[in-house]
Amino acid sequence: MSSGRSRDDTMASFRGEALSWELRDGVIELALHRPPGNEIGTLILCELEKFVEGLEEITRQAHALIVYSTIKAGFSAGADLRELFDGAQRVSKTEAVRGVRDFLERIHRVMNTIDALPLTTIAAVHGVTFGGGFELALVCDLIVADKMARFAFPELRLGLIPGFGGIPRLKRDLGNAVVRDLLLTGRSFNAAKAQSAGLVSQTVAEGESLRIARSTAAQLKKFDRQTASAAKRFIKPVPYDELKREIDIFCELFTKPAVEAGLRKFVESTDAQPYLP
Amino acid sequence: MAPMPSPNQTLREVLDLAAAHFKVPREKLTPDDDFFKTLGIDSLQALDLLTRLEQHFNVELPDYELQGVSDFRTLADRIQARR
Repeated sequence: MSSGRSRDDTMASFRGEALSWELRDGVIELALHRPPGNEIGTLILCELEKFVEGLEEITRQAHALIVYSTIKAGFSAGADLRELFDGAQRVSKTEAVRGVRDFLERIHRVMNTIDALPLTTIAAVHGVTFGGGFELALVCDLIVADKMARFAFPELRLGLIPGFGGIPRLKRDLGNAVVRDLLLTGRSFNAAKAQSAGLVSQTVAEGESLRIARSTAAQLKKFDRQTASAAKRFIKPVPYDELKREIDIFCELFTKPAVEAGLRKFVESTDAQPYLP
Repeated sequence: MAPMPSPNQTLREVLDLAAAHFKVPREKLTPDDDFFKTLGIDSLQALDLLTRLEQHFNVELPDYELQGVSDFRTLADRIQARR
């Protein structure tokens, strides 16, 4: 793995295989760069854990965090379904469920930490922002979306529900009718629709989401950090109980034969539109 | 109130938009072409096309309505049904 600490031996910057971060002018920028679509599997999880471990140190010097992708296809296509399928094929059902639960508990720890950070967090998204990628964007306080971004939870076609905290966070942020539409139809929303539903705070021109996120982060620097943090704690509680319940439901569903069939269909698909629900 | 655009007008606009965005000569596109083949696009580019069509026509096109749709004429019909 090509990674390393910066010269001053803090975790102010890091370059990994799947993601990198850098602290600059009080803003932490976390870039996802794992081709083809920033699929979230063990590699991204491990590097996210590394990021979260170092956060306590660098958040003292920061007022904002921006999460973005350098991959052309989009922010993230979601969980690494090939890794999930292959991993489950190699072990017994019981071990597979145990492995899934372990993965979910780890990714939830990461997501919950970012969700509750005493900084203002911004997801700058473009292109495909699906499943687990959508869930990563949802932990952020603000979503700045390129007008070509699309958001979807296609998990139901696999016989599953979103597992990285999507349902509790959608419920926290949106009206229930929108939540049901996204979950139960699996259809994708474009950025304008997502903004009208209350998911996205700003829709911007193509290729401009990171620039606008940086400009928003610069604005945040003008405010007292403790006040901003208190406002965030007040308005954005982390729904811990529902998040735990989500893991239980996901693991219950994961034992159903429909899931193996759904994952196999996705992995072996030659469909011209495998991303479409 | 503006009159409802005709199905043929919708189809023409779909072909114009696809040709311009994917840089394919307009005269090479016909209504019954398989747009995946004619435009040489993959599923992600198809999502991109979907978003551009939604923006151009100011409609919502749920992905499931486009499952199995691969020709411009049917695509234009789906759009027309939501105008």
